[in-house]
Parts: sequence; C-alpha cells; structure tokens
Amino acid sequence: MTFPLLTVTAAVPAVGAVLTAAVPAKQRTAAKWLALLFSLATLALAVLVAVRFEPGGARYQLTESHAWIADFGVRYELGVDGIGVALIALTALLIPFVIGAGWNDADPLETNSSRWRPTQGFFALILMVEAMVVISFEATDVFLFYIFFEAMLIPMYFLIGGFGDRAHAGSDENAAAQRSYAAVKFLLYNLVGGLIMLAAVIGLYVVAGNFSLQEIAAARAAGTLDMATNTERLLFLGFFFAFAVKAPLWPLHTWLPNAMGEATAPVAVLITAVVDKVGTFAMLRFCLGLFPEASKWATPVILVLALISIVYGALLAVGQRDIKRLVAYASISHFGFIILGIFAMTSQGQSGATLYMVNHGISTAALMLVAGFLISRRGSRLIADYGGVQKVAPVLAGTFLIGGLATLSLPGLAPFVSEFLVLVGTFARYPVLGAIATIGIVLAALYTLVLYQRTMTGPVKEEVRTLPDLRPRELLVVAPLIALLIGLGVYPKVLTDIVNPAVQHTLSDVKKTDPKPEVAVEAKNGEAVK
Amino acid sequence: MENLIALLVGAPLLGAAVLLCGGRRLDKAGHWLGTLLAAVSFGIGVALFADMLGRGAEDRTLYQHLFSWVSVGSFQADFAFRLDQLSMTFVLLISGVGTLIHVYSIGYMEHDERRRRFFGYLNLFVAAMLLLVLADNYLLLYFGWEGVGLASYLLIGFWQHKPSAATAAKKAFLVNRVGDIGLSIAIMLMFTTFGTFAFGPVLANADKASEGTLTAIGLMLLLAACGKSAQVPLQSWLGDAMEGPTPVSALIHAATMVTAGVYLIVRSGAIFNAAPDAQLVVTVVGAVTLLFGAIVGCAKDDIKKALAGSTMSQIGYMVLAAGLGPVGYVFAIMHLVTHGFFKAGLFLGAGSVMHGMNDEVDMRKYGGLRRYMPVTFVTFGLGYLAIIGFPGLSGFFSKDKIIEAAFAKGGTEGWILGGAALLGAGITAFYMTRVMLLTFFGEKRWQPAPDADQVPSAEPAAEHRAGRMPHPHESPKSMTIPMIVLAFGSVFAGAFFGLGDRFLNWLEPVTGYEHGNPPVGALTVTLSTMVVLAVGVAIAWSMYGRKPVPVVAPRGSFLTRAARRDLFQDDFNHVVLVRGGEHLTRSLVYVDHSLVDGVVNGTAASVGGLSGRLRKLQNGYARSYAVSMFGGTVVLIAATLLMRAV
Amino acid sequence: MNPVNYLYLAALLFTIGAAGVLIRRNAIVLFMCVELMLNACNLAFVAFSRMHGNLDGQIIAFFTMVVAAAEVVVGLAIIVSLFRTRHSASVDDASLMKL
Repeated sequence: MTFPLLTVTAAVPAVGAVLTAAVPAKQRTAAKWLALLFSLATLALAVLVAVRFEPGGARYQLTESHAWIADFGVRYELGVDGIGVALIALTALLIPFVIGAGWNDADPLETNSSRWRPTQGFFALILMVEAMVVISFEATDVFLFYIFFEAMLIPMYFLIGGFGDRAHAGSDENAAAQRSYAAVKFLLYNLVGGLIMLAAVIGLYVVAGNFSLQEIAAARAAGTLDMATNTERLLFLGFFFAFAVKAPLWPLHTWLPNAMGEATAPVAVLITAVVDKVGTFAMLRFCLGLFPEASKWATPVILVLALISIVYGALLAVGQRDIKRLVAYASISHFGFIILGIFAMTSQGQSGATLYMVNHGISTAALMLVAGFLISRRGSRLIADYGGVQKVAPVLAGTFLIGGLATLSLPGLAPFVSEFLVLVGTFARYPVLGAIATIGIVLAALYTLVLYQRTMTGPVKEEVRTLPDLRPRELLVVAPLIALLIGLGVYPKVLTDIVNPAVQHTLSDVKKTDPKPEVAVEAKNGEAVK
Repeated sequence: MENLIALLVGAPLLGAAVLLCGGRRLDKAGHWLGTLLAAVSFGIGVALFADMLGRGAEDRTLYQHLFSWVSVGSFQADFAFRLDQLSMTFVLLISGVGTLIHVYSIGYMEHDERRRRFFGYLNLFVAAMLLLVLADNYLLLYFGWEGVGLASYLLIGFWQHKPSAATAAKKAFLVNRVGDIGLSIAIMLMFTTFGTFAFGPVLANADKASEGTLTAIGLMLLLAACGKSAQVPLQSWLGDAMEGPTPVSALIHAATMVTAGVYLIVRSGAIFNAAPDAQLVVTVVGAVTLLFGAIVGCAKDDIKKALAGSTMSQIGYMVLAAGLGPVGYVFAIMHLVTHGFFKAGLFLGAGSVMHGMNDEVDMRKYGGLRRYMPVTFVTFGLGYLAIIGFPGLSGFFSKDKIIEAAFAKGGTEGWILGGAALLGAGITAFYMTRVMLLTFFGEKRWQPAPDADQVPSAEPAAEHRAGRMPHPHESPKSMTIPMIVLAFGSVFAGAFFGLGDRFLNWLEPVTGYEHGNPPVGALTVTLSTMVVLAVGVAIAWSMYGRKPVPVVAPRGSFLTRAARRDLFQDDFNHVVLVRGGEHLTRSLVYVDHSLVDGVVNGTAASVGGLSGRLRKLQNGYARSYAVSMFGGTVVLIAATLLMRAV
Repeated sequence: MNPVNYLYLAALLFTIGAAGVLIRRNAIVLFMCVELMLNACNLAFVAFSRMHGNLDGQIIAFFTMVVAAAEVVVGLAIIVSLFRTRHSASVDDASLMKL
C-alpha cells in the first residue's frame, strides 16, 4: 500500500486542532505556537503533494479509495488534479499567515478568566477549517465532498460569531448583536444552499447508483449513463445553487459583507480567500464534470449573473464607508470574474479562473490583513476616521498600496495574469461580454485608489498621529505575501504548468474546444526566438 | 550584444527595488545610486547604439527572449525584448533625458526628507518606460504601459499630504485606466484574429484580416493612446498632473511617458495602414488636441499648466503625423525626440524659476527675472525658440515637416488638417511668447510667499519661508547643467536629424516611408508658417510686452474663461461622471441593502412569523392536546378505511 | 345473545369516555373517563374473542387491566401532589410547561 499522502495532508491540521484545543488554559502562547507548527507542517505536506504531482500524468493522481458505507455506494475516495493541487497549496499557504496575523486577536480581555479558553478555541477552529477545506479539494466522491462542504460551516460559524472584530463603532452589546446576526446569516444562508444540494446529491444517487465522481463522469462521457434532460438540469441547479451561495454570486451575496465586516480580519481572509474558493472549485469539478449538458444550457444566464456581480460588486465597493465591507464587495466583483472564466469554457478562461482563485486568495489576504492591522491600531473600521496614515506609518501604507494594486490587477502582480486570461478567454467566445467585463478594471482602480487616498494621504488626522508602523511580526506576515504576488505575476508558469492539463480535461468533459483565430498565422513567434 | 537588452531595464529596476526596500539607512546615498543606475542604463544604450550603427540597415534588429511569461493553450506571451531603430531611439531618449533629470533632481529635491523614495520612483519609471518600448509583444508592452502609469501615479502624488496632489494622482491613474481598456480590448481582438499578439506575426499578417476588425483594433489602440498621451477626450488629467514635482513633469509628463501613445501608433503602423477609417480618426484626434491644448495654454497663468497645455498640443502634432500613415511616422518620432529636448528643458527651466521664487507658479507674480537667473533665462529662451519653430532650431525642422505632411494628405481633409496645424503653430508662438514675457521680461511683480497654514504646503520647506519676499537666485550646478545640455539639444538636434534626411534613413526600415506631395510647394508651407509665427509673436508682444501686466488676472472674455477652465471638460466630467457615479453607487447601496438583502431577510422573517403562528398551538391545555390527538386518530382511521374502500 | 350488541355497548362507552376527556376539567373525572375508555376497549376485546373463538382478546384484556392499574397508581399520585401544591384539581391550571 502506498503512503496515503492526501489523507495525511488533511489529517495533520485536524490532529493539530484537537491538540491545540486541549492545551491548558494558562498556556495560551504554547497553543499559538502549536497551531502555527501544525499549519506549517500542513504547508510542507502540500508542497510535497505539489512535487509528487506530475502535470502530464493521469487526471487524478495520488488517489486513495476505500469502502466506507457500502450499502449506499459511498466510498472514501481522494484524488487531486492540477486545480486541486493549486488550491490545496493556496489553503496550506494562507493558514500560517492567518494564524500569524491573528496572533493576539483571541486573547481573553480579562487575563484571569481561566475557565474559558478562547485562544485555544480560535486556533483550533482555524485548523479545523483548514482540514475540512483541504479534504473538500481532495474528495472525488460526491457524498464525501458534501459532508465536508457542509461541516466546515460549523467551525466557521463559531469563528465569525465567537471572535468578532474589537474595533466596532457601537457599544459592546450592539457589536455582539451584529456579530451574531452575521454569523447566523452566514450559517442559514449556506445551510439552505447545502440542503438543496443534499436533495440533488440524493437525486444523483437515484439516477447514477453511486457517488463516485470519476465513474459518473466517465459513464457520462462514454454515453452509458443517460440522464433525462430535465433531470440533469434540476440536479445541476441543485449543485450550482449551493456553490453560488458559497462563491458568492449575485444575488446570493449578501451574507458576505456582513460576515467579513463583523469577523476579525484573519477570519475574513479565511472566509473569502479559502472557504469561498470551495464554491468556485466545485463548480469546475462537479458542475461541469457531472452535468456537462446542463452546464452548457445554463451558461448564458450564469455569465450574465457573473457580469452583474463584477460591475455591481465594484460599484458597491465604491459606495462603502467601512474598509472591510469594501474589501468584501471587491471580492464579490472578483468572484464574478472567476465564475465568468469558468463558464466561458475556453482554456484561457478556465486556467485564468483557477489562477484567479489562487491569486485572489493571496491579494485579498495581503490587503485585508494590512487593513486589519490598521483597524486594530485605530479601533475603527470607518474610512472617514483615517487620513494621512502614509506620513506616520509609511511601511504600513506601502504594503497597503501594494495589496490595493494587486486588487486592481496591476501588471507585474499576480492577479493581472489571471484577470487578463479570464477576459481574453471570455472575449474569444463572447466578445461583447468580455468587453463589458473590462469595466470592472476601471471600477477596481476607482475603489482601490479612493480607499487609499482617503485613508493614507492628505493631512494627518489627530487620532492617527500616534499610530505605530508595522511591527516585525506583522511585516513577517505581509512580506512573503507581497513577494508571492510579484513572483507569480512575473513567472506564473509554475502554476499554469500544473493547471493547464487539468483544464484540458475539464474542457473535454463538456466537449468544448477553443475558438480558432480568424487569420491563420504561420510560424508563430518565429521572429522572437532567433 | 542582445544579452545586454535586459540590463537596460534591469539596472533602473534594481535601483528602484533597492531604494524602496532599503529603508532609512540609504537616505544619504540613495540619490547617487539612483542617478548612477539610470546612467548605467544610458551607457548600455549608447553601447548598443554604437553596435547597431556598425551593422547594415537590414539586420539591425536584436531580440532577446528571457522566458515564457503566460502560456495557456494558444495564448503565448513571452518575456521577450525587441531592439530595433524605433525602440533604440526611445531607449536613448528615455535613458538620456532620464539621467539628466536624475541629476537635476539631486539639486531640486535637496530639501525633501523623502528624496530617496523620489529617486526610487524615478528609477521605477525609467525601468517601466524602457520595458514599454522594448517589449516584443503587446501584452508585455501593456505591462510597461501600466508600469509607467503606476510610476506616474506615485510621482504626481509624491507630496501626498497635499489633498490636491493625491486627487490629481488618482485622476491620472483612473483616466489612464479608461485608456487601458482600449489596449486590453485591442490585445484580445488581436488574439481572436491572429491567435497571437507578438509584434512580428501580427504586423506581418495585418493586411490579411478584415478591414472592420483592423479598424476596431486601431480605434482601441487609439483609445489607449488618448489616455496615455492626454489626447481629447481623455486629456483632462495632464493639467492636474502638474501637482507633481517639476522634474517629474519634465520627464514623465513632457518628454517620455506622454509620448507612449505616439509610440504605440507608430509601432502598430501596419494595422493602421490597412485601416484608413481608424487613421482618419487618429488625425482628427490629433488636430483637435493640438488646437485644444494650444488654446488652453494661452489662458493659464500657472507656468506649469501653460507648459502642460503646450505638451498636449505638441503631442497632438505627433498623433496627427502618426495618423497620416507612412508619410508621417518618421516625422512624428522626430518631433517626439526634439520635443523631448526642448520641452524637458522648458520644464526644468520652469522648475528652476520656481526654485528661486518660493515655489510660486503664477506667472503674473514673476517678471523681470532675466537679470537674476541668466542661465535659466538663456536655456529657457533657447527652448522657447525651438518650440515655436524659429528657423534653424529643432522645432523648425520637425514641425515644418508635419505641417507639410498634413497638407499632403490631399483633398479637403488635407486642407483642414494642414490649416489646423498651421493655426496651431501660430497659437504656439503666441502662448510661448506670453510665457517668456511674463516670466523674464517686464517689471517685477513679486509677492510674499503665503502663510503655510493658508495653503496646504507643497513641500515641508514651505513652512519656513512663509511671508517672506522671494529672493530669486540662479540654481545650483546640478540643476543648470542638465538645462544646458538640453538647450544644446533643442538647438542642434533638429538640424542634425533633418539635414540630409539622417533621421529618415535611420527609421525608414522600421516604420516605412513614402513621400507625400503637398498641393502647395514645401517652400510656401515654410513661408506661411513663418508668417503665422510672426503674427503670433507680435500679438503676444502687444498684449504682454508693451504694457504692464496686472498681478491679478482680469476676468477676460468668455473664451479666456473657458480656456482657463480647460474648456469645461472638467466641469462636464464632474457633473456627468462624478456626480452621476455618486448617485448611482448610492442608489445601488440602497438597493443592495433594502432590495437584495431585503428579500433574504424577508424570507427569514416570514419563516419566523410562520413558526410564531404555529407556536400558538402549544397552549399548555391538556384538553386541546387531547382534541388534536383525537382528531388525528380519527383522520388516520378515516384515511385507512377510505384507502381500503378504494 | 348476539355478541355484536356488546360491541355497540363498547363503542358507546368509549364515546362517553372520550367526550368526557375532551370536555371535563377536573382531573379525577378525566381519569375516570380514561378508565371508561380502557374498559370499553376491554369489552370489545372480549367480545371479539368470543366472536372469533380464540383467547387472544381475553389475554390482551388482562394486559390492559394491568396497565390501567399501573396508570391509576402513577396518575393518582401525580394528581394528589398537584392538588397539594395548587389546591385545585383542574387540569387547566397545570399549563406551566407551555412556552
């Protein structure tokens, strides 16, 4: 038997979660280090997964398969394709930064409260989320995926509701009320999506007789498994609804600004950079793989919704007065791009969308974590409470600017590559939609630069005058993210090489090929290489 | 030799990285390092130039392929450079003028505590600009294109504690982004049409695509050029960009970055040649802008804004020439280079004046400075003579050719375009003479510097000299030497390029050339230009030289007031885009909260309400539970019996 | 005598008991009505046993009696303790468990 690398990668953070939770109340610092250690171990394993993965090899690699609930055909099946590898790497990469950024966020306010252990709980929950997200990226059994897709709501609910942002405008009671509102909204919204998906999962079992993604997809491709057109469409919609809530796609997005606004910055990063990616990932893997015909049938509507998301999210970001809500709406706009790329059904679009998931994770983490540092200094989330920060904290302002520039997809930073690929992939098949989507580019510049101008430039506000610059721990969290943004912006080949073959498989699932150019150009780049 | 190309970009990029990440300990030496690396880039450029001259015209083009940048399916973008005569010209201009302006900034920014950062940004700009002109495909060009936009954003907003500077920076970036949409759509169109966007294959096969597609690509490229080169209708950012330090205005907003649009059009010549409709639009944009900028330049009292209007207008000439096709490409670039010399010189002169006058920018508060700042006066004066096209100086050779080529377009169009160019030359003479007279001649109209708390200070130093009268003095050597070098260029570059068609023979292999036949003789054109020029100078002298100039600007005619407000373009933008956008976002925020989220919360509330109703059934009375049990049993039995009956 | 008549009687007794449970409030009376319903069932069981000629119904009747006896013991204890604390045997007074 080969070494079950994928299981171990998911199990390590789970074990870490249990151990961290068990640390005695007094040893808070030990719990933090333990959590960081386990997250780094997971990162090492994720790197190992990426190294062991052969881009040109079989579609799903490092597979594991064991019988689980034999009566219902449920198996414990894991396997990764290039898309999964990229996203596992993203998840494993971001968690240490989330932990590092949230180092002091969950310290109990009164030092003598020894019975409750918030710090241990906070870090244990983060590791728990990581474990569940990783296994969702690995699962190739629909039922197995569904379980963890739903189960990750539980730790997320406690992270949002239990550990709120201390920089709240209103009174403590008011803050608690809003926080619990946001947490409940998050939970209920996603549960509704999950329940509809559960119905579709059961429906899929009735039709197909098992839950194995690979078997069903293979049978669909070979034509041995016929689904009535309406059945397929209904099942597709059941799956898609859950993923669209998670992603989130307009008009199912309203939980995100509340959740991201009320949660602490690291948890907000966890929501948008990691957990939400499961939604878009699942669209690529499950919606397109299981229901190719229905996906094509729904494409026009989804593309229009994605386009609305792009423009609508960006416009709302312009209108926000709260930094974190602004980032949330910007994320909605970016998720619009990801979904646009997925359903453009071109290799550029889908590779771009996958890259976008990774790059958006990194860029949002950079922007949001720095915003979190800023907010924790001043104790306010309102943009109007800042001004002239650049003068007193130049390093903080500089990193904030780079995060912002990544958000607006400046060439040279990673998100540019993915955004341009999505646009070009969309344009190749739907020129009008691609052209409209470019409006998002301008609006992104608008909300980012307005945010930067209002917070960082201008005369120094009195309350801002004493803000300290980034501390070493904070710089240590941000600097690698920025280095990654630049590295992946100049040399994205490390990712595209892994992702491209997987995208080709996905495209062959839906039987689509890239549109051919109008003029055949012979000797491509003939001059360039001499 | 081709391995050196990457170093051209690499040296200033290294400088930017070191200076921006290096922290305070580099404060002492940072400006020397930045200048050195810019000079290294120039040195490599000269070496490559010498090497290029040593080879025949046919194999002068060098390629360097670094690595594959973005590669997905048939979408292949390489990190590859191309150095041909066109990019060589730009490399020398950018790194040469760039180095001079680095030197100048050492003196100009001496008192600024953030000088190290300033040099970091300048190096970043030089690197991005070189990347722009050296790129071998449109996507890499786009990288440089946005890179210079970023550098421009950072430098315009360099004094970002000043709200007007921060706003101007943001505005410049946003307007440029609108133009960038054009470039990105053009790249997408190329990709769908040719399957590639590398210069070689696209330009070689341009004529195979349908004319409609090519027109669309051309118009999109024009949109990009309009944004970067401040052409109508995207010109509004350039005037505000003068909020940046003066060396920035000289380097970025006069000599190099704003001419990137011209480079783009000339580089894409093959596409435009096959799309006459797009070319026509290009010429119209150029002609309109050259008049627009000239008119605005006439009314501004701020010396830098007057020069900005002039820049806009001169780039209008270049765009006009580029739109004329192979007749004009060479002259567009030639004017671009000579303009780089004299406009950079003029801006540096303006900076020198401001340096001596407590950062005063209002020309009505200058006057009689020629005796106090002799070097500045002479170099500025030579730049002035060059820009108005005084016979024998740089501007004369390059501008004259453009006017000629415009007439050569033929037909009514030719007359209109040529007439506009001719008229523009006259207005140029007028406003430049006005600048000259207001600044260096006439009596002293100096005013004490305003109190620091009355205006947001431009520089930290402003706080120290509030309320004092200016003491104009000549600037330090580090500032005057670059001015002298540039003045030298303004005088001789045109003759060097123009006589014996040197520049034409140099560029022709890349851009192509065909000789146009103007309906009137070349000599007639030159003579009428001279006449128009003389008239412009004469009018300016009668208005500003003969009689004293009021310190406070008179209200002026409607045209003057309109020109002071940039012909109401900003007001239009404000009312339509800014206010309209605000209303749109505000209403959308409302919609999101009450409608989209309202539906969600409404669903939740109605479920809650329903369960509230159902809860009422649990009233605690045993009897009512018994009734419901009894009723339930009865229903069940009835149903069973009924089923059996059926 | 026709055994069907016993069934009519059982139905009548059950109806009286059910109506009593639904209408009356006094816990003791309710209790008696419940007993009445149980005994109506017993009567029906015995009648069926007779009609079908086997003993199953009679055995079940015995079971029912045992259960009824146990129920009386527990139920009366509850009623007595309720009466002690609340000085009332009305079931409507004991509605504290509702929301």
